[in-house]
Amino acid sequence: MSTDLIAEARRQTEICNACRYCEGFCSVFPALTRNKVFADGDITHLANLCHNCRGCYYSCQYTEPHEFALNFPAALAEVRQESWERHAWPRPLARLFHESGVAIAAVLVAGLAFLFGMLQTLRPESGAGFYAYLAHGALVTLFLPAFLLPLASVAISLRSYWREIGGGRLGWRDIRGAAASAARLKNLDGGQGQGCNFERADRYSDRRRWFHQAVMYGFLLCFAATSAGTVLHYVVAMPAPYGPFSLPKLLGVPGGILLTVGCAGLAWLKTKADPALGAARVWGGEMAFVALLGATGATGLALYAATGTAAVPALLAIHLGCVLAFFLLLPFTKMIHGFYRFATLVVEEQKRRA
Amino acid sequence: MNSGSLNGPWDIVIVGGGNAALCAAITAAEAGARALILESAPKPYRGGNSRHTRNFRCMHQGPLSVLTDSYGEDEYFDDLMLVTKGKTDEPLARLAIRSSEDCLPWMEAHGVRFQPSLSGTLSLSRTNAFFLGGGKALVNAYYNTAEDLGVTVAYDAEVTHMHLEGDQFTHLEARIVRIEARAAVLASGGFQSNLEWLTRAWGPAAANFLIRGTPYNRGVVLRDMLDQGCESVGDPTQCHAVAIDGRAPKFDGGIVTRLDCVPFSIVVNRDAERFYDEGEDVWPKRYAIWGRLVAGQPGQVGYAIIDAKSIDLFMPSVFPPNRADTIEELGAQMGLDGARLAATVAGFNAACRPGSFHPTELDGLSTDGLAPAKSNWARPLDTPPYYGYQLRPGVTFTYLGLKVSDRAQVHTARGPVRNLWAAGEIMAGSILGQGYLAGFGMTIGTVFGRIAGREAAAHVN
Ligand SMILES: Cc1cc2nc3c(=O)[nH]c(=O)nc-3n(C[C@H](O)[C@H](O)[C@H](O)COP(=O)(O)OP(=O)(O)OC[C@H]3O[C@@H](n4cnc5c(N)ncnc54)[C@H](O)[C@@H]3O)c2cc1C
Ligand code: SF4
Ligand code: SF4
Repeated sequence: MSTDLIAEARRQTEICNACRYCEGFCSVFPALTRNKVFADGDITHLANLCHNCRGCYYSCQYTEPHEFALNFPAALAEVRQESWERHAWPRPLARLFHESGVAIAAVLVAGLAFLFGMLQTLRPESGAGFYAYLAHGALVTLFLPAFLLPLASVAISLRSYWREIGGGRLGWRDIRGAAASAARLKNLDGGQGQGCNFERADRYSDRRRWFHQAVMYGFLLCFAATSAGTVLHYVVAMPAPYGPFSLPKLLGVPGGILLTVGCAGLAWLKTKADPALGAARVWGGEMAFVALLGATGATGLALYAATGTAAVPALLAIHLGCVLAFFLLLPFTKMIHGFYRFATLVVEEQKRRA
Repeated sequence: MNSGSLNGPWDIVIVGGGNAALCAAITAAEAGARALILESAPKPYRGGNSRHTRNFRCMHQGPLSVLTDSYGEDEYFDDLMLVTKGKTDEPLARLAIRSSEDCLPWMEAHGVRFQPSLSGTLSLSRTNAFFLGGGKALVNAYYNTAEDLGVTVAYDAEVTHMHLEGDQFTHLEARIVRIEARAAVLASGGFQSNLEWLTRAWGPAAANFLIRGTPYNRGVVLRDMLDQGCESVGDPTQCHAVAIDGRAPKFDGGIVTRLDCVPFSIVVNRDAERFYDEGEDVWPKRYAIWGRLVAGQPGQVGYAIIDAKSIDLFMPSVFPPNRADTIEELGAQMGLDGARLAATVAGFNAACRPGSFHPTELDGLSTDGLAPAKSNWARPLDTPPYYGYQLRPGVTFTYLGLKVSDRAQVHTARGPVRNLWAAGEIMAGSILGQGYLAGFGMTIGTVFGRIAGREAAAHVN
């Protein structure tokens, strides 16, 4: 644990606790007023409740050059980022991919190359749609472990994180409460629906919330589309390709559009926001991750649009390469925030009731 | 200050960049005037004391925005009279009170957001509307609104002289730059950050005062106006001062340096002697006298001592207290004579009586046969660890100001200056001469800022 980062966040937390002017922005402030002294786990918990809206920076009377030098969004972002990397397993991978967009790109390129290779060497004798290019069995052999291993890694991380922030036994009520605020991205509304101070400095804007909402629901729709396909394939014995009015397409097409537009929007906002109010060292990694996620959506759409043309094999390799890189890197990129955020919201529900 | 961009012609120039200035600028710009704000602070410190505030006091007939219940004119006025002991200009005070109701929706319409009473301040949920994010968020919202209305803002632009000719303001000087305008609004706050001026009023003790707000309110324009025969009100030795943490920065420490532990403590001076009844009344009614009390002690310093029973009864301060297992040790840590402090505590403990303790109300738990008495919350200090906070006088603002009419117009002995108005702290003495009611400063600034903006715009239109 980085004692320096925690100590700096604790120093600022104590100032905020004596001030409390920002109480209405988000759930961090009501949570911090529960304590007078802050253990390391409390600071990590607060850091993961914060979603870097920056309301508390632009409205703080103690930001530099004031000697109290408040930059609460950045202090919490540093602790949060460090907590993801510390609990990650294997740990060295986390630091690498969180920080380095180049490393993410490298994995993507490797994934693409691998898939082009597969297309060359494993081309099946027969099959319809995509399966004309890549056998279903080969796909499953590749993607099942690429999906399950990262999830196992996430589970290991979350367990140790849960202990650090003092999570109790999982209860339904807490999960429901957390899900309700996550579903609306309630904490991104600035407390009153005015939004964040992200890309327009001290003016509020709701854009980040909308784009993030698009990404989240786009991702969930795409995920649901894949799940629907899996169910159709194994349970109903109805393998791909699916028509435009099938469940996988009805979920997948809007999902892909939302994901693509949302990622493009978030990347754009990120270029306009002040990097000094976040964890600046991971800017590149975050940007690359958003690009990767957006590319996953966009190539999926392109692949669908190209149905029946000669572009299919290349697009298929590119899309699957993105998907592969995305899944493999899931525990080591910004994607992990979703898991931590949700766990933190659940623990916050528990702490609020305690 | 980039003087190139300040070439007029200006209809109205506004001196200052806090709440009163912004309300005046926005009102004037909405009435079609070309307005220029001259703010002496650099941009990161813009907004004067206003950026440290948290709420304003607002009259209302029924629930209004975040305000609960109702708070009528007479009750508001009575509350004011209680703290000023009658040193109040009734017509102006009532004007401010009556107009405050209208201010809240106006503020919302110009970008200010409110939030329910902060935790630990529930007693104010009926009377005071809290700003979401505090005063800096309010100031930011107003600067954005002003900018959208085409108001020009210059930072690092300290006004040094307002030039009057007869009953007319003609131009001003901001250091070496000369700016002409058809009218002006003065909203440059009090003079509390001018240590020389404070020393003239208070003597050498002023050297030990801490200034809770902006270092830029040095009274330069106020002095200049008084020197040119403008009418003043208020007593230069009157200032709002509270006891704050002695380790606070000299300027701009703001809200986090306040200490609310006095009612649950004993407060001693440098000689480890008590000097005033710490439990005289509930804290919101007493906190504003402790600045003066500490200012009256040798070295302008006090020490609040509490024990483990009371440490969680008040809002945390930004600096951790001194802490020790014995009173002697605590005294030594704080630079006091430990043995004398122990004797003072022993004397106090012996004078405590049994009874039930209620931290949130007058509980009548008083000392017996002790001088000075502690009239409420007197519990023996007997449970280690013991904690100590050093106290210093923290000046919030000064009262001496310009006398204005109910149209916020500035006057000389010969009558009103035809195109000069004043709003906010610089004229607050016209309304109250002593004492202070939480949230009234922002009310005065908003009400008179709007009046000044309106009148100035009417003059130039
Ligand atoms: C810590 C603290 C907390 C407070 N909390 C509250 C509260 O919750 N509610 C409340 O009602 N009141 C509160 N007050 C009082 C409140 O701050 C003032 O009453 C109010 O801000 C006065 O507004 P103003 O616009 O007149 O002055 P200010 O906001 O002080 O603005 C004065 C402006 O003039 C500028 N200036 C000064 N001299 C010159 C010059 N020569 N040339 C150009 N510009 C100049 C300054 O830089 C500043 O921008 C608080 C005060 C402090 C210190
Ligand atoms: S960020 Fe600044 S204004 Fe907000 S609660 Fe903390 S200290 Fe107060
Ligand atoms: S950045 Fe936003 S979410 Fe984070 S603590 Fe500040 S106000 Fe809350």
